[in-house]
Amino acid sequence: MEGHATYQPKGRFAKWFESRLPIVGLVHSSFIVYPTPRNLNYWWTFGAILTFMLTAQIATGIVLAMHYTPEATMAMNSTESIMRDVNYGWLLRYLHADGASLFFFAVYIHMFRGLYYGSYKEPREVLWMLGVLIFLLMIATAFMGYVLPWGQMSFWAATVITNLFTAIPLVGRAITTWLWGGFSVDNPTLNRFYSLHYLLPFMIVGVVALHIWALHVPGNGNPTGVSVKSKDDTVPFHPYYTIKDSFGLLVFLLLVAWIVFWVPNSLLAADNYIQANPIKTPPHIVPEWYFLPFYAILRSIPNKLVGVIALFSSIAVLFFVPWLDTSRVRSATYRPIYRQFFWIFVLVSIGLGYLGSQPPEGGYVVAGRILTAYYFIHFLIVLPIIGLVERPRPIPLSITESVLAKSGMPAAAPAGGVPQ
Amino acid sequence: MIAMLPRLAGALAAGIVALFLSPAWAQEVQQPLTFPIKVPEQERWSFAGPFGRFDTAQLQRGFQVYKEVCANCHSMNLVAFRNLADPFGPAFTTDQVKSLAATYKINDGPNDAGDMFERPGRPSDRLPAPFPNVQAAASANNGAAPPDLSLMAKARAAERGPIWTVLDFLSQYQEAGPDYIHALLTGFQDPPTGLKIPDGTHYNPYFLNAASLSMPPPLSAGQVAYTDGTPTTVDQYARDVSAFLMWTAEPHLVERKRLGFQVFVFLLVFTGMMYLTKKRVWAKIPH
Repeated sequence: MEGHATYQPKGRFAKWFESRLPIVGLVHSSFIVYPTPRNLNYWWTFGAILTFMLTAQIATGIVLAMHYTPEATMAMNSTESIMRDVNYGWLLRYLHADGASLFFFAVYIHMFRGLYYGSYKEPREVLWMLGVLIFLLMIATAFMGYVLPWGQMSFWAATVITNLFTAIPLVGRAITTWLWGGFSVDNPTLNRFYSLHYLLPFMIVGVVALHIWALHVPGNGNPTGVSVKSKDDTVPFHPYYTIKDSFGLLVFLLLVAWIVFWVPNSLLAADNYIQANPIKTPPHIVPEWYFLPFYAILRSIPNKLVGVIALFSSIAVLFFVPWLDTSRVRSATYRPIYRQFFWIFVLVSIGLGYLGSQPPEGGYVVAGRILTAYYFIHFLIVLPIIGLVERPRPIPLSITESVLAKSGMPAAAPAGGVPQ
Repeated sequence: MIAMLPRLAGALAAGIVALFLSPAWAQEVQQPLTFPIKVPEQERWSFAGPFGRFDTAQLQRGFQVYKEVCANCHSMNLVAFRNLADPFGPAFTTDQVKSLAATYKINDGPNDAGDMFERPGRPSDRLPAPFPNVQAAASANNGAAPPDLSLMAKARAAERGPIWTVLDFLSQYQEAGPDYIHALLTGFQDPPTGLKIPDGTHYNPYFLNAASLSMPPPLSAGQVAYTDGTPTTVDQYARDVSAFLMWTAEPHLVERKRLGFQVFVFLLVFTGMMYLTKKRVWAKIPH
């Protein structure tokens, strides 16, 4: 994508074709000879894992769509007929439903990796923002997919989330009615969610292509945060990273297999095996685990409108991270104070997730408010201030130097707390 | 000074976490407690664990209990007679299924003259429901329609909290449903003195949503005549019908675990080989 045009077509047809559509050369320069820093650790394999998961979700989803009926009285039965009567339907559905969870698990690791190593910093701001956009699209896609089986939790999740829009002053009601296609969540809502659930993944594919493009312009970051300075700092993508990514992916697939074959229902709400019933509210309406931190933020604010604003801000703030972080040093490896705050932020996010799963009462509300406040403080106050006052540790002159120092004298390895 | 800040913030966060984890908060709710009042015991099931399989004889007994007791009020809309011949499930013979289905009257039609008619059941028919619709079911049962049982073993589970959730994930505990059904069926008892329950309901400390439920204790000893010498106790009936309901909820459970083992072994070997290849490829490049 950025002109490592070393591909030489050999055959007559290959030459003929390449002069008309240089796509083989594009693949060659982007995924074969593409120069990649030699020191990427396993946290960097999640890009490949995510690409695989997106493809797998689309592949299983297309087959599921062949057997699913998006109609309120038939949706659940058609889902169950997939589980019972379609050949390997149970496998497709569990791969797809648990796959969504694993997709988010991988994307959270990918995002935290970006926050730790400063992957959003100059010149990768656009790359990071495209990533946040993908995350937003994933949230919308996963939410609408969750509604499709039309179980109790599907229905009530749809009700709770679409009701958020009623908080908008003046036009909130009208917007919500428009979203529903009626005066409550009903068959028209299910139909449009199905349509959009099929559409959005292909939009994700499009933004992923831009994300990879934006990645290949400056090239990969790396655990030291030091830019590539010479040819010695890099290795060709193939075979070095095709093989390393494949290994990382296989380890991830072991986790996928464990869940899909042995504990497929551990990530799915029991209530969602009950047909949707608009006149019977479940005792606890809880979203899937990957939305719990955001759900906790929404609920910890007593005013509905402000709560909704906080919910959207908690994701919107990510767009501004490249400018909120004032430090010029990319990697947290060389930022002793930021590194500690990073881990506090990880714990706060997990704490918010736990609070999101608990009933909003008593101490949970207080804790939820404190952690919600800290979530925003981290981005709006901690990030800008640390960058100004922190004194970073000495940074290696080059990737090669840091790598050789590490392999030469292992005791002096700089990567505190980070594998490899 | 600034280096101290994160530690202070960390201590503060830990304090907050300790605050809301302490049981004092959980006890805040007064009578009548949180539900379920008692958490179900973990039972031993033949279908638990990575190599779990259904016990055919148990499923056949469980079907007998369903047919003679539960089916008087509860439907089983997702299961067809033909499913009962599933070799990993109850494994009735095709002939047994045919003659069983034929003992039922199924409403069919309209025929060429436009009339509905009754005919004997066929293996492709779903198990007929005891009531024509939800309203009829509710009106015959004190206003509470008995729920369909097809998915019951996956649709009910007592909350186990965050720590157990992680441990269950590792130990592959997936039997909260049948454990719950077994506990509920054997758990009917007199309410503790002083606890008032609504008229027409029956106290059961295992019930998920309240202290009592509309369903009366359905099982009594000796009620179903087993032909294979298995004890005819309430506990045994509950055990057998819970296993049967696990099968109706997850009919491909055995195939799933079998295929899972094959896939997992394949992936382990593949991953090992990929690791060695990766080591070899990177051998000369310090990284």
